[in-house]
Amino acid sequence: MTVETKLALTEQDVRSFSKKMDEAAWMSDFRAEALAKVEQIPMPKPDKTRIDRWNFTEFPVHAVESATYESLEDLPAQAHELIDPDNHENLYIQHNNTPAYLSLSEDLKAKGVILTDIFTATREHSDLVKKYYMTDGVKVDEHKLTALNAAFMNGGVFVYVPKNVVVEEPIQVLFFHDNEQASLFNHVIIVAEANSSLSYIENYLSTVEEAKGQANIVSEVFTGDNAEVTYGAVDVLPKGFTTFVSRRGVTGRDSRLNWALGLMNDSNTIAENITHLIGDGSHSDMKTVVVGRGDQRENITTKIISFGQNTNGMILKHGVVKDSATTIFNGIGKIENGATGSNAEQESRMLILSDRARADANPILLIEEDEVTAGHAATVGQVDPLEMFYLMSRGITKKEAERLIIHGFLAPVVSQLKLEGVKKQLTEVIERKVR
Amino acid sequence: MSTLEIKGLHVEIEGKEILKGVDLTINSNEIHAIMGPNGTGKSTLAQAIMGHPRYEVTAGTITLDGEDVLEMEVDERARAGLFLAMQYPSEITGVTNADFLRTAINAKRDEGDEIPLMGFIRELDANMETLEMDEDMATRYLNEGFSGGEKKRNEILQLKMLKPKFAVLDEIDSGLDIDALRIVSKGINDMRGEAFGCLIITHYQRLLDYITPDHVHVMIQGKVVKSGNAELAKELEEKGYDWLHEELGIEPETAEQEA
Ligand SMILES: Nc1ncnc2c1ncn2[C@@H]1O[C@H](COP(=O)(O)OP(=O)(O)OP(=O)(O)O)[C@@H](O)[C@H]1O
Ligand SMILES: [Mg+2]
Repeated sequence: MTVETKLALTEQDVRSFSKKMDEAAWMSDFRAEALAKVEQIPMPKPDKTRIDRWNFTEFPVHAVESATYESLEDLPAQAHELIDPDNHENLYIQHNNTPAYLSLSEDLKAKGVILTDIFTATREHSDLVKKYYMTDGVKVDEHKLTALNAAFMNGGVFVYVPKNVVVEEPIQVLFFHDNEQASLFNHVIIVAEANSSLSYIENYLSTVEEAKGQANIVSEVFTGDNAEVTYGAVDVLPKGFTTFVSRRGVTGRDSRLNWALGLMNDSNTIAENITHLIGDGSHSDMKTVVVGRGDQRENITTKIISFGQNTNGMILKHGVVKDSATTIFNGIGKIENGATGSNAEQESRMLILSDRARADANPILLIEEDEVTAGHAATVGQVDPLEMFYLMSRGITKKEAERLIIHGFLAPVVSQLKLEGVKKQLTEVIERKVR
Repeated sequence: MSTLEIKGLHVEIEGKEILKGVDLTINSNEIHAIMGPNGTGKSTLAQAIMGHPRYEVTAGTITLDGEDVLEMEVDERARAGLFLAMQYPSEITGVTNADFLRTAINAKRDEGDEIPLMGFIRELDANMETLEMDEDMATRYLNEGFSGGEKKRNEILQLKMLKPKFAVLDEIDSGLDIDALRIVSKGINDMRGEAFGCLIITHYQRLLDYITPDHVHVMIQGKVVKSGNAELAKELEEKGYDWLHEELGIEPETAEQEA
């Protein structure tokens, strides 16, 4: 049985929303065209998870208006904790669907760095946004959910780093959700031009007990030749949301794109993180940690496709599954014909903490070229009794030993996040979720 | 003074009896050495003392100052004052050596009485220096990627930081280079005294050249078949174990048919 796609919004609605947000005119047409496609194209088919009964289309309201923040002191404590007291010059906050706070250092402004909400970006940097918005990264008609994102987009951010600019301090973006009626159709575009470098950190945080809407999130990252981008994210969305999140990267020659994703949602989640290694010699390092609990269902796909020669894709994925949660890991390393000298490695490890939990790791290598190297390792198991014995033999209690092992297991992403507040938050969320 | 007393200990692993009645008493300020051919149950004894989950004690007792050790969980044994330097220490990813050590030290202390950070670091630095360990070993993940010898030094580092009443050192000398053997031995000798007793499992006299044992025991086929002083170890080094088999009338293991 399939849930009927009865869309909440008409072409009229998306056009008038576009107008209300004062977007560039092309965006209104873009939305309308996407909406027309929604009906015709199928849902995605995440491997090993049936989503035909998941509701990705219904939500109470398209967008809510929320307060802006004059000062960071106006933020509720949970959100405030994520902000580094000494390092928050480059910060954008979206409050539900409302652009609520923006700060960018004078230095970066002078160098031409752009950090702005996505609506403003379509207007003020129209050509740039148009060039990257669902063109070479995520396609509108990939499936129904990408088309929905294109049509209903109601938030997001645009980050642009010009050629040769090195952004020393991280740029942080906080998507703060505290209205259970609010849905997030966010779209993030990050462009790092040749020889630039950027560390971007994104937080999804909600204080709502149970959300009622959709979280349909698309991020697209473009690294120019020889650029380096580190994309860190900690997603903490509550149950009630149906979450689809697609993070996509496209790399230029000799560039580097590092992902460090802490997927800590309590909602049912379809997450995909895909890098297209287009430029020769480009490199993507993809680290993901996931905790599933309750009766949560999650399907996490990480995929690196080598097109360019001598490219290198490294996938590391660690997941902890407890209660009666189900977590599926799909890891795909693909080397296209012509991508000689490329390397695809992946490691997926899952810890099961209860009898009722289900974990599945599917490593896939698709190799269309001869002179390449590739490898994968996948394990699904319990906490190693020998590790427990070792720690307990030093006087550490069973509970504490288990805690140490689990935190250690999820450390690869924590250690990559460059802001102390975010590190601490991820550690605390892990603590809370695995307890 | 403390006493660790093992009486009539029988231990099975996966249904197979390995220890067949071991008696051994160790007091503080004593160093005992256990030697014996491969596969005779030395590590089994060590693991049974610490409470390894796969080793099942089927008969006998282990007491620490009269307290029933076999009744205790692994962590309780450690907090009661037992320590095992393992023949093959585990690697724990994502947990730094320093964090692990601090957690272990604090596990023995009451809440609110945790070891002060500065004091901990000072002690750690000092011990690492004595053991000539690289500074970055403190911030690296526990044993992960450590060489064989580095793992052994790390076991001794833990011993020195945790200061147990009794330590069982299982082949602490294997994989150590000549300098490391001297350094590790010094680390152990420094602990000798009224508050510390030790059981050293080794195959080689060279470790006992550095750490002179008060008692030497020979284990064969799951039993302590002979005990003596430091001279016994030297005799074994010279003559091997065959003469003992003959002297004691021990049949080779292969003759013992399993049902
Ligand atoms: N899981 C197991 N199943 C069956 N037998 C086992 C198992 N584990 C260990 N053993 C056996 O128990 C016996 C004693 O092993 P133990 O490790 O105690 O020997 P050891 O005296 O320490 O030897 P070494 O000097 O080589 O370290 C060996 O014969 C070993 O093969
Ligand atoms: Mg042994």
